Amino acid sequence: MSGPVRLAPPLPQQGFFKLSPINARRLGNFKANRRGYWSFWIFAALFVLSLGAELIANDRPIYVRYKGEHLFPVVVTYPEEKFGGFLAVTDYRDPVIVDEIAQNGFAIWPMVRFAPNTINLDLAVPAPAPPTYLLKDSQCRPVAEKRGGKGCADLEWNWLGTDDGGRDVFARVLYGFRISVLFGLALAGISSVVGIAAGAVQGYFGGRIDLYMQRFIEIWSAIPTLYLLMILSNFFAPSFFTLLFILLLFSWVSLVHVVRAEFLRTRNFDYVRAAKALGLSDFTIMHKHVLPNAMVATLTFLPFVLNGSITTLTSLDFLGFGLPPGTASLGELLLQGKSNLNAPWLGLTGFLVIALMLSLLIFIGEAVRDAFDPRKTFQ
Amino acid sequence: MSMAPLLSVDQLNVTFRQGGQETHAVRDVSFAIAAGETLALVGESGSGKSVTALSVLRLLDQGSARITGAIRFAGRNHPEGQDLVGGSEAVLRGVRGNDITMVFQEPMTSLNPLHSIERQIGEILEIHKGIDGEAARQTIITLLEEVGIVDPQSRLDAFPHQLSGGQRQRVMIAMALANEPQLLIADEPTTALDVTVQAQILALLKDIQTKRGMAMLFITHDLGIVRKIADRVAVMQGGEIVETGAVGPLFAHPRHPYTQKLLAAEPGGAPLPVADDAPVVIEAQNVKVWFEIKKGLLRKVVGHVKAVDGVSILIREGETLGLVGESGSGKSTLGLALLRLIDCEGPVLYLGQRIDGLDASRMRPMRKNMQVVFQDPYGSLSPRLSVADIVAEGLTVLERKLDLLETREIVAQALIDVGLDPLGMDRYPHEFSGGQRQRIAIARAIALQPRFVVLDEPTSALDMSVQAQIVGLLRDIQAKHRMAFLFISHDLKVVRALASRIAVMRQGKVVEEGLASQMLAAPQSAYTRALFAAAFEHDVRPIDRDA
Repeated sequence: MSGPVRLAPPLPQQGFFKLSPINARRLGNFKANRRGYWSFWIFAALFVLSLGAELIANDRPIYVRYKGEHLFPVVVTYPEEKFGGFLAVTDYRDPVIVDEIAQNGFAIWPMVRFAPNTINLDLAVPAPAPPTYLLKDSQCRPVAEKRGGKGCADLEWNWLGTDDGGRDVFARVLYGFRISVLFGLALAGISSVVGIAAGAVQGYFGGRIDLYMQRFIEIWSAIPTLYLLMILSNFFAPSFFTLLFILLLFSWVSLVHVVRAEFLRTRNFDYVRAAKALGLSDFTIMHKHVLPNAMVATLTFLPFVLNGSITTLTSLDFLGFGLPPGTASLGELLLQGKSNLNAPWLGLTGFLVIALMLSLLIFIGEAVRDAFDPRKTFQ
Repeated sequence: MSMAPLLSVDQLNVTFRQGGQETHAVRDVSFAIAAGETLALVGESGSGKSVTALSVLRLLDQGSARITGAIRFAGRNHPEGQDLVGGSEAVLRGVRGNDITMVFQEPMTSLNPLHSIERQIGEILEIHKGIDGEAARQTIITLLEEVGIVDPQSRLDAFPHQLSGGQRQRVMIAMALANEPQLLIADEPTTALDVTVQAQILALLKDIQTKRGMAMLFITHDLGIVRKIADRVAVMQGGEIVETGAVGPLFAHPRHPYTQKLLAAEPGGAPLPVADDAPVVIEAQNVKVWFEIKKGLLRKVVGHVKAVDGVSILIREGETLGLVGESGSGKSTLGLALLRLIDCEGPVLYLGQRIDGLDASRMRPMRKNMQVVFQDPYGSLSPRLSVADIVAEGLTVLERKLDLLETREIVAQALIDVGLDPLGMDRYPHEFSGGQRQRIAIARAIALQPRFVVLDEPTSALDMSVQAQIVGLLRDIQAKHRMAFLFISHDLKVVRALASRIAVMRQGKVVEEGLASQMLAAPQSAYTRALFAAAFEHDVRPIDRDA
């Protein structure tokens, strides 16, 4: 240190995280796009809610007070032995268990007492059953009387009806939405990381590396993904992660061109040259000086890549090459809607949920694009 | 003046509206130009010169710009005087390109790259005079001859990219002259050109003006050019005309303090003396940078672009070598080669140690001794980093890791060295002016205490008065730290103020090298003589152009 006299000003007060003026302006632009901003919050709320789907729609209570014990069936699997039964896993919807718990304590249930795979055994009409509020009391009476009730109001309601397996559509939509978004985020996220890395290397080093990688990408992206998936699904039992991996093999190329172009442009800027003259390593220069420029293009594309990923999964599920059978997914719901045209609530629900989700993401994407557009000014 | 002026501008105000904010770009500007006269509009960037010129032809964006005041044009088609501010768009179209024409600064972007020269000029003739075919062709050839294009017939089918910068500007002038305008507005027409070409274009404009009796509104920031070409001058500052008058008296006795400042702003002072036995910091012996030209399917090397072709220079501690030459002469390439930012052939020695064979990792420890400052202060600072981050960037490569407070001390010291307030170190580059940004770039270079700095046109993007400050600053830094500078510039006035030795480059070779005082007094080669004449007097001297 240069003596007792301090020349430098004290460190500026830093908030939770520091926002550079450019980013502050972008945040302002993003907020100024009302539709996108609201879409963002609605989507965020829906996503957070769906993350807690187990607490909203489940066939197990959240909390059970039984003979002085605190039990959390949502997170802990208790054998039925605990409640005097003999199954390995407690069926909390079993009337015997329900009575047993009611006599020795109480249970706090989620809002909807169906898990996506719970089959409603008390259907008033054969599955697929319409939403309960559309049924007449005369239809409900035979089932309701078994439970000591009189009409539909005494049944467990399926708010959006059931599918052809007697499973609650609301629960399936909730879990399906979650898996769609999670899958989309994972696919978009990982393929962005790979794509940015590949584009960065190509654009920054250029020359021969760029030439060969570009040719490779051209050949690679000419492989028909869908046929390959159909063939592969005959070899593997598709699961969340195998599907993610296979789709990843082909989706990473989508961002390469943008990032590569941005790196090609930025690497000739004087500040990159100056950084080279200062002796910074290639990695530091790419990371600190070039990447922030490429991130603008990437972030602008990201919501659309996310949309594409979600649509891919949905279409695979619809075609039957997607997630394992029985998994709640939006594509599978659409497929059921197609095969049960007499049950319009299946197709309609699937359509509306997908349309809402994709529209929200597109609106967010537009707002992000506006936010990063340097020429856009809002009043 | 008995005659009514050709163009009279009265109480012109221009405001721009953007994002709810109003900017008053031009305030109460009034001037008049008589037929056959040249009025120069002088001022620094942002003073409203170009906006004034553009509003004469109402070429500003109608949506955001608001023009008030009166502009009257009394041309041959409007003897009673036509109001250009309130005139209809049809009237304006008749005036534009016909009675009043414009020549812009950047000849590359003002010509359509997809049209041949014949088509570009022919279009104007067709629109305004209705001549085409063979008649138009003859007119075009005559025009091209008039603007000094050699062998115009063979040039008719040329596209803009096949012409040099000077030739493009000549074509632009030919386009402007096509309809025999009575007023030519020239907006910094020579700024983007090399000094020798600049002198030729000025001579051409002057010549044409005298022959045709055309009036000219000449916009420039270069007072030397004003002295050479204008009859009267109007000095603009902050959107207002602060002083106006005939060139001779105004230059001899400037009344307004701003004019006095402008006139005194030319970089002055003498370079620092250097001891003959000072250690040699950097030396290049017969260095070559050749770029391969590849052709054909197998990318066979068919030739080389000899950007730097066998150059030997040496720079001692505390010395500044001025490297001058026109664009494309290989000055910057040589600078980058000495820093090993591009590959070169031939020995480069730093303090007697060869560095031309070192790979990137062995070069890294040397980097802190050799730094560079670039021309464009807007492009050389990353907009996403704060000033402290920018200046401290090089410190991360030191062997010893510094903690945050130490780093900030060094940054503060570097900022004080370049005359900036260290309190501004947490701000971002866009909050600083061009001159301040260049100081930040210099601070970044000197923070590591290098022994050798390449200054690649560090003043050419700056206004004249800021240039003088930067030159003074560089001299102070050199006196304090005894650094060796390689000062690359095409501006000989700046070089004269800073460099004790000068090397003149042309087509990759050093044409002449020697002590600045001797060379300026008696340049040896014809090329150097032409260069100096163009730079200091805006005179055209013959040089062998065939080489």
